[in-house]
Amino acid sequence: MVLQADMSKVSPEDRQTALESVKEIVSRRVDLYGVTEPVIQTSKVNDDYRILAELPGIREVSDAVNLLGTTAQLDFRAIPETLKEATPGSVPLYQYESTGLSGADLKRAMVQFGSSSAIGAGPSVGLQFTDEGKQKFAQITKDNVGKPLAIFLDEMPVTAPLVSEAITTGEAVISGSFDTETAKTLAIQLNAGALPVPVKVIEQRTIGPSLGQDSVNKSIVAGSIGLILVMAFMAAYYGKLGLIADIALIIYGLVTLSIYKLIPITLSLPGIAGFILSVGMAVDSNILIFERMKEEMRVGRNWKTAMELGFGRAWDSIKDANLATIITALILLNPFNFSWLVTSGMVRGFALTLLLGVLIGLFTGVAVTRTLLRVLYKGKEIKL
Amino acid sequence: MIKFMKYYWVYFILSSLVILPGLYSLVRWGIKPSIDFTGGTLLELQVEPDETGFDQNTLRQLAEENNIEVASVRTSGENSYLLQAKPFDQAANTALQEKVASAAATVTEKRFETLGPTLGAEMLKKTLTAIGVASFGILLFVWKQFNDKKYGICAILGMFHDTLVVFGIFSLLGHFYSVEIDTLFMTAVLTILSFSVHDTIVVYDRIRESLHKFPTVPYRTIVNKAVNETLGRSVNNSMTIIFMLLTLYLLGGETTRWFVLALLIGTVSGTYSSTFVAAPLLVLWERVFEKKK
Repeated sequence: MVLQADMSKVSPEDRQTALESVKEIVSRRVDLYGVTEPVIQTSKVNDDYRILAELPGIREVSDAVNLLGTTAQLDFRAIPETLKEATPGSVPLYQYESTGLSGADLKRAMVQFGSSSAIGAGPSVGLQFTDEGKQKFAQITKDNVGKPLAIFLDEMPVTAPLVSEAITTGEAVISGSFDTETAKTLAIQLNAGALPVPVKVIEQRTIGPSLGQDSVNKSIVAGSIGLILVMAFMAAYYGKLGLIADIALIIYGLVTLSIYKLIPITLSLPGIAGFILSVGMAVDSNILIFERMKEEMRVGRNWKTAMELGFGRAWDSIKDANLATIITALILLNPFNFSWLVTSGMVRGFALTLLLGVLIGLFTGVAVTRTLLRVLYKGKEIKL
Repeated sequence: MIKFMKYYWVYFILSSLVILPGLYSLVRWGIKPSIDFTGGTLLELQVEPDETGFDQNTLRQLAEENNIEVASVRTSGENSYLLQAKPFDQAANTALQEKVASAAATVTEKRFETLGPTLGAEMLKKTLTAIGVASFGILLFVWKQFNDKKYGICAILGMFHDTLVVFGIFSLLGHFYSVEIDTLFMTAVLTILSFSVHDTIVVYDRIRESLHKFPTVPYRTIVNKAVNETLGRSVNNSMTIIFMLLTLYLLGGETTRWFVLALLIGTVSGTYSSTFVAAPLLVLWERVFEKKK
């Protein structure tokens, strides 16, 4: 998708910075929308300033256009001082004056489903102001009790509810003719901030994968062969135990694939890296356990005790090692959207597959293997 | 039991032999950033193929013959191609289109633009901050789990060791074989960091356990015992990852080759460092800071 920024109101020397901040905000919106591994770039042709956004896996192109193509300038307007005496209903909306409270005073916007009669049953967008915004809002509502306060979005009135009393909690609701999608889009746009300059979508289309289908196929074939080698290695080295680990590994693969389908995750190269690493860590749990079992049997314990002890002792190291990885993955994933940490695609895509992989691997590598061993070898002895 | 810890200086020398040339190269030549970092030129062409056929690879080949440093060629609809490359000028563009025209029926230029970086300064800074925060988090976590700061610090040192190895080797590769650092390389580095710590903790866990069991045995012996006990597991585990990566390296496409190589180097270095860097560092630490007590 190509967005063109209208720089006519920006002085030439500031245009590059303005474009950079447009890029930042577009990226933030895309991230909040939840596209995996988008690529957002600036581009310049002669005097045209553009943003190229590649959004892998997006199906509804019109959603993306709505999301990225609008400025999302929020403005609260009230009846001006000069017309204070007029009956509120007789003042047309376009004569309302800005109160100085805007999207910049927002702390957070979120989709709500109202149930009160004032809001109506449909989805609405709840607003939470910053401390400063809270004070402004309290003052404005106090001054305008009994009068309408209009909420404008990109110069268009959205709603103009009557102020019934001064609101000091710093919370407000925009209701209007929203459906869930439009409410979500507005919340994202408000959270990500307004675009500093107007942009318009000049082009949108579907492009082929950069890896090339050939390359993706090759990677899948190679990955499968690698996985088979790993399984063969496990079976050769650990015998029947290895086979059990292989079954757990197959379950691991199936669970992971179905979660990828559910979320959905666009599998890209960083994602593949996260996946390979988590396969390694899933197998590692088994190797740790089996090595422990071998040790316990070497000191003369019977098979069943060795198995239970092996799981128990290996758990300490499995737990610590995986917790460390989970910490790394969480920090890279940045689930709370701290602005000073990574907020953009590639790194987060990697972190997400890694986190999922480690969690699933912990489950299949420990719980599934243990259950399989207990059930399949009830009362029997295995030689290690 | 093999007395690994007796020869810890050998491992440090071995590590230095790998790291120092890389470090020299990093300082002297730096790394070669790809257009992910620097930005470049984007060209989109509509090409109607003649009877000899025309595809992505033909365009890539023609561009490379014209000394354009191609980063990627993609399709963007019916007979339309999107080429991204290191910056090139209008003259090179015209020359390329003449070549394309002689290999296909018709060619029309749809776009010719200057591209900004995908991983700009801002992104890079944030990624590095995240790595810093993650390292610190791991330092605190390991410190807390093992009740001693030396474990946290040595685990992080082992991690830096692996990062230095990979950056160093890629700096050398960049200088001699024009291998570039791109966004994929950055993810490879992240992967290596996670793997390195994961591996180290397993070794440390053994040390912790033996310390409880045999409180009177000298520290060096305990570390040595732990290394002996975990070596088999370390090698086996790395083998599984190396199997996966080697097949990807040999059979995967050209585009993933350097990415997989970075992961491979990291895995080997990560395995080595948890046994032969992170563990001996503990012994050294104990000798320098704790013996005097």
